[in-house]
Amino acid sequence: MFTLIRKMKKREWLMAIICALLVLAQIFFDLKLPDFMSDLTILIKTEGSRISDILMTGLKMLVCTLISATLAVACGFLASKTAAGLSLTIRSDIFKKVSEFGQEEMLQFSVPSLINRTTNDITQIQMFIAIGLQLLIKAPVMAVWAIIKIVNKSLNLSLITAAFVVAILSMMAVVIVVVVPRFRKVQKLTDNVNLVARENLTGLNVIHAFNAEDYQNSKFEEANSSLMKTQLFNQRTFAIMMPFVNFAMNALSLVILWVGASIVNSVPATDIAMRVSTFGDIVVFGTYASYVVMSLMMLVMIFMFLPAAQVSATRINQVLKTNSSLMEGDQTRSSEKGSVEFRNVSFHYPSSDKNVLEDISFSARRGETVAIIGATGSGKTTLVGLIARFYDVTSGEVLVDGVNVKDYSFDALYDRVGFITQKPVLFSASVKDNVLFGESNGKNTQDNAEQALDIAQASDFVDKMPNGINSPIAQGGANLSGGQKQRISIARAIAREPEILVFDDSFSALDYKTDALLRKELGQKLKHTTKIIVAQRIGTIRNADKIIVLDEGQSVGVGTHDELLASCEVYREIAMSQLSAEELEN
Amino acid sequence: MPKMMGHNKMGVPEKSKRGIKGVMKEILTYFDKLKLPGAIALVIAAVGAFLTIVGPSQIRKITDLISSSLTTGIDLNAITEVGVWMLGIYGLSSLLMWLQHYIMATITLALSQKMRGDLSQKINKVPMSFYSKAYHGDILSRVTNDVSTLQQTLANSIPSMTSAIAQFIGCLVMMFVSEWRLAIASILVTMLGFLLMSQIMRHSQKYFISRQSNLGKLNAFIEEIYSNHHVIRLSRAVSKTEDSFEKLNKAVYTANWKSQFFSGVMQPLMNVIGNLGYVTVCILGAVLAIKGDITIGTIVAFIMYVRLFTSPLSTLAQGMTNLQSAAAAGDRVFDFLNEKEMDDESEKTAAIDKVKGDVVFDHIRFSYQDAPDKTVIKDFSAHVKPGQKVAIVGPTGAGKTTMVNLLMRFFDVNSGEIRIDGVNISQMKRESVHDLFSMVLQDTWLFEGTVRENLVFNQVGITDEILEKACRACGIFHFIETLPNGFDTVLGENITVSSGQKQLLTIARAMIQNHPMMILDEATSSVDTRTELIAQRAMDALSSCRTSFVIAHRLSTIKNADLILVMNEGNIIEQGTHESLLKQGGFYAQLYNSQFENTAG
Repeated sequence: MFTLIRKMKKREWLMAIICALLVLAQIFFDLKLPDFMSDLTILIKTEGSRISDILMTGLKMLVCTLISATLAVACGFLASKTAAGLSLTIRSDIFKKVSEFGQEEMLQFSVPSLINRTTNDITQIQMFIAIGLQLLIKAPVMAVWAIIKIVNKSLNLSLITAAFVVAILSMMAVVIVVVVPRFRKVQKLTDNVNLVARENLTGLNVIHAFNAEDYQNSKFEEANSSLMKTQLFNQRTFAIMMPFVNFAMNALSLVILWVGASIVNSVPATDIAMRVSTFGDIVVFGTYASYVVMSLMMLVMIFMFLPAAQVSATRINQVLKTNSSLMEGDQTRSSEKGSVEFRNVSFHYPSSDKNVLEDISFSARRGETVAIIGATGSGKTTLVGLIARFYDVTSGEVLVDGVNVKDYSFDALYDRVGFITQKPVLFSASVKDNVLFGESNGKNTQDNAEQALDIAQASDFVDKMPNGINSPIAQGGANLSGGQKQRISIARAIAREPEILVFDDSFSALDYKTDALLRKELGQKLKHTTKIIVAQRIGTIRNADKIIVLDEGQSVGVGTHDELLASCEVYREIAMSQLSAEELEN
Repeated sequence: MPKMMGHNKMGVPEKSKRGIKGVMKEILTYFDKLKLPGAIALVIAAVGAFLTIVGPSQIRKITDLISSSLTTGIDLNAITEVGVWMLGIYGLSSLLMWLQHYIMATITLALSQKMRGDLSQKINKVPMSFYSKAYHGDILSRVTNDVSTLQQTLANSIPSMTSAIAQFIGCLVMMFVSEWRLAIASILVTMLGFLLMSQIMRHSQKYFISRQSNLGKLNAFIEEIYSNHHVIRLSRAVSKTEDSFEKLNKAVYTANWKSQFFSGVMQPLMNVIGNLGYVTVCILGAVLAIKGDITIGTIVAFIMYVRLFTSPLSTLAQGMTNLQSAAAAGDRVFDFLNEKEMDDESEKTAAIDKVKGDVVFDHIRFSYQDAPDKTVIKDFSAHVKPGQKVAIVGPTGAGKTTMVNLLMRFFDVNSGEIRIDGVNISQMKRESVHDLFSMVLQDTWLFEGTVRENLVFNQVGITDEILEKACRACGIFHFIETLPNGFDTVLGENITVSSGQKQLLTIARAMIQNHPMMILDEATSSVDTRTELIAQRAMDALSSCRTSFVIAHRLSTIKNADLILVMNEGNIIEQGTHESLLKQGGFYAQLYNSQFENTAG
């Protein structure tokens, strides 16, 4: 929590400090009231007081109240600006931090959790600061101030008040110690309920097809009832708190009067003036004592907020403290153009020790097409991901234009490499904005976008959309078919005019005809662009200059289609599984 | 999908369809058990509140006892008597308060558990067409957020409002009984304050709404950017997205501090109004006391009354706001619970004893409910003989998946009928239709759990041998063996499963199910062709005498089908075997031959 508070800017600190001062002033005026009250008691009890005196005192009280109100509003203004300002800073810090993250960190936190941390968790902190800034200062100061005012009036009464304070505080402490860990548990169990229900929603078809409704329901009920049990415990425990504090407060004012009576009684009956002032003191004492207890109740409120805010603060700090495993280099120049080289590359994911890629070496020169084929789980996606630095190699080197990818600045690397992911990604924006997304070597013009769509075989259907290239795409591309989405995301990479294009199985949703046309266009219009293609279909890659056959992370064959047919058993098997012998001859 | 949008965590009142009353009524009919304990709890709350009001009048007694006997001696015994009596009342009042909280927590949590359970079950009861207009995130939000909003409001706001009303009425009575001039004065002052407050509240409403909508926009933006994090970097769009983010963030900031300001200022204003009442009572009381009309005790008591009188009003104001958001939440919960369910089929008795697998599609016509003008399947007729392997091919949007969904009765045809072994499937229970097929879908669905749990799913009596056999047949056994705990490995964050492996796991699950017919909808699109061949052989062996339906883009997957149905725009445009279709030289042949076109690629 304090790490986060340190993020406040100068202006916010200033506002917070002014706010604190205003709170102090406000308390000063609030605590004046009982003094006036005491004056009034004396005025009433003194024979021959004039009405004008009373009205004068009353006027003073009124002024105090209004000043206090003004201060409260001003303070509320400053507190809300401070809190909102802090949340603005933290939110922007998190967002920037997340943009630095690599795949590894994204997986580790998971996207929904990061979203929650950027929104809900920050809202929690903001609420806490806004309320806490006022109460956290007000409550203790008010308590101390009130205590100072009464402590020298009567030792006995002070001791009684202290006893009540101790009782209330220890009660609160017990409840907090018991309940707070369970708060966290409730959070977890709610996540679990969410998880099971989400699984049900995403697997609707399967659940229906398997007639597994009951299975799913009982799974949900399990999560549901353990959530309910924990909540029940929490709420029942909390139910004790308010009645207890209430009772303590009422009892305190009663006891003060009670004991006060005997104190007054102990003053000799002859000294009437003394008796009157003692009595006035006791009435005032009661008011102050209730201030003390009220301040404590405010503290209770803060403590009810604190656990949730603390959990949120921890979650936010986790993000802010995580350093991306991906270090950006600073090189921008290179001697070569359009070349990719793998030198003895091995790789394993951080979560396991088993190598996913082992000792891979190959190179591609400018304008060449290199294809990568292999069984499910053989490491194709992982391999091309290393070119775009989704992960960094465990050993060996990946060179682009003769320079290790780790040495490039991100901008320099992604100006050279255009990457089309397996799952097409589209944003809720127009087709044009999707194609011209981000900065690049390519021109930021409609012409460029249209040309890229042309090559990607997307012009046909884009032209048919109501507003052509300016038609909107729904979030996640919901208004397009799988093949259409793939073509637009291919156009996006082409429009960047990179030296190297990497296609990670990006033709899978295209029918054979479109696939063929697209590759033809790539060959003709982007002659000097190096292409690295991951694919399942032999047809897609048979004309490549070089084909790399992967099997369980190892390169088991490198060569052209014909060479591999003759020499590589794995490749022949893949080919035979798709085409008949005579088709292969053709 | 903007899952957090539309949800309103901060309790901004929305216009509720049913209204607060309507929702409460519906809750009572929905959960009968709520009535009696709820009524008891509310009565307890009211009684507790009345007891608190007795307090000030007794305090007055003590004060007066002291004050009147200042000159003589104080009757400590009398004071003790009153004191003990009051302590008892306070104790009782706290006890009642606790009892009420306890009861309310217990019954409302029971209600929320029932609601959540019912909502979850409902997910499986509404027809599939419902999901074309519903967001998953939105439904989830009903299951978690809306239910807990309702629960918290019911548990806290309703009893506190009840006791506030009791306290308010009681206070009013007591005030008039003790001194009518002071009563009128303090009521006037308080009312003035509340008039002011309601004005502020009305004015501030728009800031709350703008905060929610700005937060929603920000949320949707973040979701899109975080989900596509890698593409942002690849496209060098980091700084551009940061700029857009800052703009949204700034808008949230402005709406945030404004709404925070207004909600934060409420509490201090309440205090001020209380103080104002206090001052009024002091001044007026002092004047009256000097005149000798009232005693000091009355003033002391009145000061307490003023506090007791203002606090229920703010409780009521706060409670109304809470109830409004609870009504909105209740609307959302009950709207979903009342959603039309799939037709009841307990009457249907048609069944197939020994399945042969003869499937007839007889002039099928179908359009989705939300777009009745757009006919997806126009006039689909085909006859599939027992044991045939049928492939459905065609461009995206041709209606392939729709056909399979109709066969599984995920949707029902508009006209025409599907007959299996002569039985119209609309005469059968949906479950009975499902039991005829093992189905593998385009989207792989695995849940958080062990490999074993994912494979066995809801099926009973699955031994390890069966598991192993199915996995070997699909070519996924080796992969499972390399996992740290084999079949008992939990599929989660630390296990990297490729999309092809996921597909193989779902195929294995369907094989274990071992139903008389098979449906494979793009089940192997991410699996390499060699592994696919292995799996296919296994499935062929399994289904040698079973009718099976295969949808695929990859033509090698469907080459050896007994019957290929070529679909385009909701119709069958060609049908036959691979060879006969190639000879025909039509749509299929064109599609097939394009893979051999020589390109410079």
